Amino acid sequence: MPNFERGSVVLQVDGLAKSFRMHHLGQNLHAFDHVSFTLRAGEFLLLKGPNGVGKSTLLRTIYRSYLPQAGQVWFSHGAGRIDLARAADVDIALLRRREIGFVTQFLIARPRVAAEDIVAEPLRKAGMSAAEALDQARHWLATFGVKRDLWRAYPTSFSGGEQQKVNLARALILPPRLLLLDEPTASLDVGARAAMVARLADLKAVGVAMIGVFHHPGDVAALVDRDLVLMAKEVDDVAV
Amino acid sequence: MILLERLAPELLTAAPLLVMRHVSKRYGPVVALEDVSATVWPGEVLGIVGESGSGKSTLLRMMNLEDTPDAGDYTLALPEVPGNLFALDRFARRQLCARRIGIVYQNPHQGLLMGHSSSGNVAERLLMAGERRFATLRARARDALDVSEFPLNRMDDPPRLLSGGMQQRVQLAKAIALEPALLLLDEPTTGLDVSVQALVLDTLKRLQRDRAITMVIVSHDLGVIRTMADRVMVMRRGRVVEEGLVDQVFQDPQHPYTQELVHAKL
Ligand SMILES: Nc1ncnc2c1ncn2[C@@H]1O[C@H](COP(=O)(O)OP(=O)(O)O)[C@@H](O)[C@H]1O
Ligand SMILES: Nc1ncnc2c1ncn2[C@@H]1O[C@H](COP(=O)(O)OP(=O)(O)O)[C@@H](O)[C@H]1O
Ligand SMILES: [Mg+2]
Ligand SMILES: [Mg+2]
Repeated sequence: MPNFERGSVVLQVDGLAKSFRMHHLGQNLHAFDHVSFTLRAGEFLLLKGPNGVGKSTLLRTIYRSYLPQAGQVWFSHGAGRIDLARAADVDIALLRRREIGFVTQFLIARPRVAAEDIVAEPLRKAGMSAAEALDQARHWLATFGVKRDLWRAYPTSFSGGEQQKVNLARALILPPRLLLLDEPTASLDVGARAAMVARLADLKAVGVAMIGVFHHPGDVAALVDRDLVLMAKEVDDVAV
Repeated sequence: MILLERLAPELLTAAPLLVMRHVSKRYGPVVALEDVSATVWPGEVLGIVGESGSGKSTLLRMMNLEDTPDAGDYTLALPEVPGNLFALDRFARRQLCARRIGIVYQNPHQGLLMGHSSSGNVAERLLMAGERRFATLRARARDALDVSEFPLNRMDDPPRLLSGGMQQRVQLAKAIALEPALLLLDEPTTGLDVSVQALVLDTLKRLQRDRAITMVIVSHDLGVIRTMADRVMVMRRGRVVEEGLVDQVFQDPQHPYTQELVHAKL
């Protein structure tokens, strides 16, 4: 596993703001503004706040699935830093392949790709031999509780819970520098949740910086360094 | 509402494969393309989406050098063709397209000789590139058909006797037979049954994964673009109204037209 220099700044978010302009309604839907925080290698930030306050939106804005209106998201990669809020699309695509992971409860299953190949893919892309990647993939499938006879099957036909386990195995197999987690275990059994927490502890130990929302925050209590609480702002949705 | 301006690539060191700049084209009074620019990096899939008549096919025809715009220039990062490709004569264009660019059209009649054998259609592309040995032609045609997941027991049947899905696989085999630098796909699955469409997309996806072929895919169907593309350009009335990473454009569309498109189709 790589080892990220503990304590070095990975993410520095300054004055980040996001709202959704809904043209057909002539309205802006406010999500958040003035969000600032710093996240260092090996730190675990727990994102909290009431339903609908913008937690998922904040994670997606950092990942650049959403475009912010203002602020900076400075991400330090190996050789400098880049503002994710305005980086070129192709740079974001490259960072998503190599440095920034995002795990949710949903697997993007692809037709005719076996579970073990989906899980092994990040290792293969990172240059590991097919045999070794497959070996590790099977190890993580087993660890997350996917039954052996499913490893070579296509997850498109799996149950929601099984897909979620495949998803976790894939997302956590290779430590990214920054890992964003949006309720990755929302409906998982206790065993799989425990396996995930153990894996997150490994990742923390090698210096992965994490920020996440958890359906069962108690699970990760021992890993959390700080809380980031999003509060609803008392604004009406402004017509423009 | 102001959006943050996007920076030029800093981390990606590869040079773009395709650069098209300020391309405009009119057909009589019809503005088919208006100041369209596009960049495609090696190994990525660029999607082009927009309603019927928005200029998607015209843009792809320009990329395939089938037509010349009124303004604009076009370069591919290939050693044998420096400079603006629109300046090439017909012979040079044909050579370049046969060797380096593959295309799949929505309508197989556009890309295939419907009465000739399927293997012959694929071999024709190899012949154009100078291969003359019969056994090699046949073996390579067979390989290309196989990679395109075409049933090989039908390889000597003419496309007119094949199903729509198989016809598209013959077009695909022809397009990739010479391992092109650029693969252009114009509505490759439009008109196929939904289940057949999924299988053809699956083949394309597999090809992309195994060979990292650079692709430009046009579709009016957001689902196709979502499945296939890394980045997407949204066209309307000959112009690009929005472009970005596929997940961003579909989850957080900025332009009123894109919002309408996304909300209508989801
Ligand atoms: N893609 C989107 N387009 C429009 N509005 C959105 C979008 N995503 C989230 N929102 C809105 O942003 C607000 C915050 O949602 P969300 O981030 O999902 O909250 P949380 O994760 O804290 O429950 C909600 O009002 C939601 O409807
Ligand atoms: N060869 C042509 N002659 C005349 N008009 C054309 C020609 N090709 C395209 N057009 C017109 O240009 C516009 C864009 O067409 P096209 O590129 O086919 O759109 P799309 O593929 O998005 O449906 C349309 O109005 C079409 O009628
Ligand atoms: Mg949420
Ligand atoms: Mg068209």
